[in-house]
Amino acid sequence: MRMQTPSPYEQTLGEHLRSQGISRRSFLKFCGLLASSMALAPSMIPKIAEALEQAKRPSVIWLSFQECTGCTESLTRSHSPSLEGLIFDAISLDYHHTLQAASGDAAEHAREEAMKEHYGKYVLVVDGSIPLDNPGYSTIAGISNLDMLKEAAAGAAAIIAVGTCAAYGGLPKADPNPTGAVSVSDIIKDKPIINVPGCPPIPVVITGVIAHFLTFGLPELDSLGRPKAFYGQSIHDRCYRRPFYERGLFAETFDDEGAKAGWCLYKLGCKGPVTYNACATTKWNDGTSFPIESGHGCIGCSEPNFWDFGGFYKALSIPTGASGKNAVYAAAAGIAAGVAIGAMNKKSKAEAASSHQTVTVEELNQESGS
Amino acid sequence: MNEVDFLLWVKGSAFNIALFIFVAGLVLRLFEILSLGRKVNYAVPKGDPMQGGLREIFRRFGTDKATFQRSMITIVAGYVFHIGLFVVIFLLAAHVEVFKSVLGFGWPNLSTPVVDAFAVVTMIALVVVLIHRLQHPVKRFLSSPGDYVAWAVTFVPLLTGYMAYHHLLLSPQMMLGLHILSVEVLLIVFPFTKLMHTFTVFLSRWYNGASMGLRGVKS
Repeated sequence: MRMQTPSPYEQTLGEHLRSQGISRRSFLKFCGLLASSMALAPSMIPKIAEALEQAKRPSVIWLSFQECTGCTESLTRSHSPSLEGLIFDAISLDYHHTLQAASGDAAEHAREEAMKEHYGKYVLVVDGSIPLDNPGYSTIAGISNLDMLKEAAAGAAAIIAVGTCAAYGGLPKADPNPTGAVSVSDIIKDKPIINVPGCPPIPVVITGVIAHFLTFGLPELDSLGRPKAFYGQSIHDRCYRRPFYERGLFAETFDDEGAKAGWCLYKLGCKGPVTYNACATTKWNDGTSFPIESGHGCIGCSEPNFWDFGGFYKALSIPTGASGKNAVYAAAAGIAAGVAIGAMNKKSKAEAASSHQTVTVEELNQESGS
Repeated sequence: MNEVDFLLWVKGSAFNIALFIFVAGLVLRLFEILSLGRKVNYAVPKGDPMQGGLREIFRRFGTDKATFQRSMITIVAGYVFHIGLFVVIFLLAAHVEVFKSVLGFGWPNLSTPVVDAFAVVTMIALVVVLIHRLQHPVKRFLSSPGDYVAWAVTFVPLLTGYMAYHHLLLSPQMMLGLHILSVEVLLIVFPFTKLMHTFTVFLSRWYNGASMGLRGVKS
């Protein structure tokens, strides 16, 4: 008797992974990785496994606006074949104009169909910022980014803003923001939005957030809309070079003895103290390293406006404006005002001297005599 | 405005405004004082004014026994917080970087825990002098709002800096932003309060010493 294949949307994630040849051991390993990266207790691993097993494959629509495709690259070119990648396969990605085979009308048709069929249930993933100055700056199939986002967001269960551009405007929003770029949360106010910033975000963080959404629903978010599980600690707090910061040992240039000895990169512009991300713990390229480990300071890519943070190679404490020039102008203004006030003082002194009335001896005698 | 925007604002335009007011105010006040001038003294000098002035600059670092015994808290706590402020302001690595960016040159820094310890001691000394000021009837009588303003704008940057470094209360961005903002408030009020003594103290010591030196009197 021939078994009936379930529809892709009815298949649970567990069934799908098994059909892809993923062993239970590998699956549990992934669940363990998720639990640790979300800072959950090991006792949660079986619960994650159970929840993921039972989760239905959600329909996902991925919209790419003003972006560089780096976020998609980060995900698809992560150490392959990876479990994160397979979890990503396990969602039903119904529209992603970089990855889908269809093009033109067929592609847009796929999006419209997915939106209609799963109205109110699909997950909308957005990467890239939205230009508000002129809709013509970025369009897909003749539809402006703003219109497409509004239309797709209307039927979404939740929105995941992947990458700093979608989360906070990112590079397109960098001063002077020529396209009037804004983030997803600047436009959509009535849907739950999970920001997964980073330029690009760490692959396991993207899939981890998706897995969290499938298993436990919306994750707990910080004030900037980021899941606390992955963005709860600063790079600085988890940095292996932190002891050098504490001891006041800093590399002054990228090739001095301090740099060779692995000293703190604060003076070389590291933004680790104000950057929240999982790089220092999760690391990149299959856990090989992260920027600070390869000798370059953190550029703060998971924070809003990181591009305008006063220069990647300037220490965090340094003011962003041209302070030296400003001080010279201020001194000039001070001298000018000083000269004016000095002249006024001199004048009032001279006036006091000229209006000073002297008293004669006779006058004094008269007064004392009267 | 989120906390990152706030931090960028205090590091950018707010710092520029504060620095402008600080430098312009400083130059204005100094210029005003110096341009007042003095009458020419036609009396025959009985000593060297320069020597008297320079001696006075150093002599007043010390104190006589009777004054010390009478105002021990003021003198000890005063010295402690002044030295502490010098260390914290000028020898923390992050601060050296700020001076380097404004002045164009820098100097070596102390290790962070040492500066941290100085910050704590400085804050304690500042609290001691405040309590003393409030409890001492004469000091309290002589204190004007300006004295309390000067105390507050000195203390708050220390406290916010300490909290930013130790990640206390608020997020580090917010705390760092508040720290820089509190320093900007300090910079703005600096030239127009008694904090100006930082730049006039040696000038006035010299002036007093010089006028004594001219008369041939040991000050």
